[in-house]
Parts: sequence; structure tokens; C-alpha cells
Amino acid sequence: MIRAFGVQKWFGGKRALGPVSFEIARGETVGFLGLNGAGKTTLLRILAGELRPSGGTLEVGGTDAMREPLAVRKLVGFLPEFPPLYPDMTVRDYLRFAGMVRGMDGATLQGRLEEVEALVGLGPVREELTRTLSQGFRQRVGFAQAIIHEPELLVLDEPAHDLDPAQIVEMRSLLHTLEGRHTILLSSHNLPEISETCDRLFVLDAGEVIASGSETELASHWLDTQQVEVALRAAANDLAPAVQRLRSIEAVRNVTVDERDGNGEGPVLVVECSDDCRAEICRLLVEDGWDMLRLVRSRRKLESIFLGLVHGTERTRRQSHSAA
Amino acid sequence: MVRSGHAVKVILQRELAAYLKSPRGYVVAAALLLLAGVLFYAEALGPSAGERLSADVLARFFYNTSGLIAVAAVALSVRLFTDERQTGSMVLLVTAPVHEHQIVLGKFFGAAVFLTVLALATLYMPLLILVNGRVSWGHVAVGYLGLVLLGSAVLAIGIFASALTRNTLSAAVAGGVLVGTMFLFWPLSFVVDPPLSRVFAGLGLHGRHFNDFQTGVLHLRDVVYYLSVTYFFLLLATKTLQTRRWQ
Repeated sequence: MIRAFGVQKWFGGKRALGPVSFEIARGETVGFLGLNGAGKTTLLRILAGELRPSGGTLEVGGTDAMREPLAVRKLVGFLPEFPPLYPDMTVRDYLRFAGMVRGMDGATLQGRLEEVEALVGLGPVREELTRTLSQGFRQRVGFAQAIIHEPELLVLDEPAHDLDPAQIVEMRSLLHTLEGRHTILLSSHNLPEISETCDRLFVLDAGEVIASGSETELASHWLDTQQVEVALRAAANDLAPAVQRLRSIEAVRNVTVDERDGNGEGPVLVVECSDDCRAEICRLLVEDGWDMLRLVRSRRKLESIFLGLVHGTERTRRQSHSAA
Repeated sequence: MVRSGHAVKVILQRELAAYLKSPRGYVVAAALLLLAGVLFYAEALGPSAGERLSADVLARFFYNTSGLIAVAAVALSVRLFTDERQTGSMVLLVTAPVHEHQIVLGKFFGAAVFLTVLALATLYMPLLILVNGRVSWGHVAVGYLGLVLLGSAVLAIGIFASALTRNTLSAAVAGGVLVGTMFLFWPLSFVVDPPLSRVFAGLGLHGRHFNDFQTGVLHLRDVVYYLSVTYFFLLLATKTLQTRRWQ
């Protein structure tokens, strides 16, 4: 769906992006991860056709984005960080305008409006002015305008921006609904969010892609250890035999007891492994008669990868500066 | 890609609806009609009006209204892109499969239709002269054509100013200075020596090019002048939008 080679963007004398090269297949959901200023938004704005790259080649759906930008923009739906709404329009009028400006005819648009409003949950507010909507509904309207013309490529910049936890869950479920129908690119600061939604991740730092792959691939390449959390029905003082038992697993490097009662399940064993040893942990503990309440790979994993990558490149940059 | 005419029409309709839904459109309309009415009363009907030929009264009406139309055109046009940038809605237009010139033309025609309706709302004043005096329909029609052409040129300048910046006040200052400078070319042409005087007179937005319209005389060169100014500034606005994709 997307083939980028050496794409870069300069603002005046300052390099904001690249050169970056990557390929994204049709139907994939890909996340872009990076600190503020890493180049995520610049890359998404280029892919959405808002900005033209300063160099490199970019193909979207087999069309050269530099030579035929209008043909490419027809394939793309874009939700920027702040939804591009007209405050003086009702939701229905705004979505009709968004469809028509992308070349949809009246008859097709009428059916599609009903469909999108139902999909995104805009029925109750369709006759309200967009300026009167809550942040959650504004984001939904922004989402609706991005999919109204059934684009092949959906580009979402921080789609969970400013949403409360309930709205984030709704947005995630909406994205799952659209998976497979569109190629989806999204950026987010919410690491668990991006890891749950995306098939593949690109980690950006200082305008460059410093790593890419699925979360598991990134972990196996970039993390020495994986972290597994195990909740057992027992008091913290009684967990010593379980700790000993887990340390007997070859891949386990360390076991600690986290006494914080975060989920109302009592203390949690935090197991650091060099490989994915969840199955072995489960088997041993059940064999020994422990009541297991929960066993999960730590959600902090992606955060660890991300911070490791970013700090690693920062260290490399500093070293090259001091060497120079 | 969206058909050129379709995109322009869709954007024009949105702009026109925005004028009709916003207080700004009504404030500009009310101010223009009020001031035009007051000036007309003072010049034609009031106690100090004096005896004058009806053709002179009509010419004076077009002269006064041309200034008001120019101010209204600046007020209507300078927000066209700055508002979009401030609310973020510009992203919708620049990521849609439409050319920059279609965006500019849609906005220009939306503003031009609204301004033409405002100009025509003053028609009752020339009609009063027509009923009570001796002026021709041709004089009235040519005068209004001049107002629309002048208004279009000023709208194009305002749209260019609006494309330059994201701040409406800065755009208003830039648009006002540009329009004011082009209005001043005519009086300046009397105080400088040739050939500069001829250049200034030829470039002035008012004066030489509007005088004939207000007296009911239609010259092709004046029509071409206003259309050229309009085209030139719309082209600059288009190029400015295109340049922003690289910045």
C-alpha cells in the first residue's frame, strides 16, 4: 500500500524527518511511536498529502505521491491531532461537505452518511453545531470525516488525544471494527493503546525510524528480558517457596515480590525472563498447588523497549558529538 | 480527483452559508447599508443637498458606495484563510483531492456572491433617482458593474493577505495597506512627474478606472484592469497556498 524510500522533510535549514524508508502492506495497522518532536506528525502529514516531502520517493496505492498528489489524496482519509471541524456547521452538514469536497455524489453520500453516523455513534448529535460538542464527540466527528469516502488508507494522528478512559476504549473498539477494511496508520503517546491496536510499530527518534516490527519482534531484538506478572492467592510472607521454584526455571533471571495490592489480588510476583516462559511458569506453579489468579506479560514491556531505544540513540548521539 | 467546477461549487456554497450563519456577515451588511443610506440622504435628499442634476447625484452615489464596498470586501475576505487555520479546518481542504486554485476560487466566488447581494441591496437608492429624475438604466447597470468589479479586485487582495498569515488582524492590516496603497496611486499620480504619474494613474484601484463607471461610461480597458487585478491576486493566493505545502 505504501512504499517510501529516502523520504525527508526540511523546514528551512532544520531537518524534521528522514531520510526514512519503509513499506506497509494493504490492510496492515501500523503505529508510529516517538517522543514529541520525533517526526511522527510530519511523517503522517506527508502521508496524508498535507505536506510535500523535501526529498525521496513515496508511492501510495501504486501511485507516485510526488507526481500525482491529487490521485493519492483521494485514497487517504486523515484525522489530525485536532479534528478539522467548522464550528458553524452541524455534524450532518459538515460530514456532507467533507464527502462532497472529496468528490462523492449526492446519492452515494446520503447512504454513506447514515452508515458512518451509525458506525461512529453520531446519531444523537447529528443536528448539533460542532462547536457545541464535547471533546469525545468532536473526535468522533473528526473520525467520521476521515472515513466518509471509504479511503483505502486511514491516517490518524493521536486519535485518542484528550479522550477520557471510556472514550479511549470506544476509539479502540472503532479501530478494531475498521481493521482489514482500511490500511491504518496511527501515532500515539499511549503505549498500551498502540501495542493493542497495531500489527507493527515504527519507533521514531529525531526524525529517523530507529526500529520497526511487531511488539514481540521488538522485544526479542531490543530487550534482554521479558517481564511476567503472576498473582497467586497467598500472603506476601508465604510466597518464598514459589519464588524459589520459579528461580529454578533456566530462562528466569530474577523474581521479586511486589506487595502493592493494585488489582485487589494481593501481592504480585514479577518474573524477569530471557525468553517467553509463561507456559513453564504456569505449569510449575499449578503443579505445586498454588491458586493462580492472574498471569500476564507486563504492560510495561513496550515502554521499556521505547525508552531503551530512545535513550540508546540519545547516548549514541552524545558519544558521536563528544568524539567529534 | 474532484471535477474542478464541482469542488469550486461545494466550497462556494459552504462559504456563502458561513456568511449567512455568522454575525460577521450581518454586521458588514448592516454597516454598509446604514452608511450608504446616510450618505445618500445627505447628498440627495437632506436639507444641505442643494440643486443638482440627477446624473450627478447618481455618480456621487456610486462614488460613495465604491468606498464602502471596498471596506466591506476587505472585512469579508481577510478571514477566509486565517479562520480556517485558527480552527484547524484548513487541513480538511488541503488533504482533499482538490487543487489550491479550486479552494481559492470557491472562497472568492462565495465572497463575491455575498458582496454582490450587498451591493444590489442598495438598489433602492438609484431607483429613487430613476423615478424622480432623469437617469438611464444603462447608467445604473454600468455603475453596479463597476462596484462588483472593484469589489472583486479588493476581495482578491484580501484573500491573498489572508493566505499569507494565520492571524486575522495581521491579514486585515496587510489587506488594508495593500488596498489603501492602490487607492492612493490615483491622487499620487497628480503630484509626481511623468512617466511615473501615468504608471500610478494606470495602477490605481480608484480614480481613472472607476470614474467612468460612476458616470455610466463603460470602457473595456477598465473592465480588463479590474479583472487583471483580481486574477493577479488570486494567482498569488494560490501560489502562497502551494508554497505552504513545502514549508
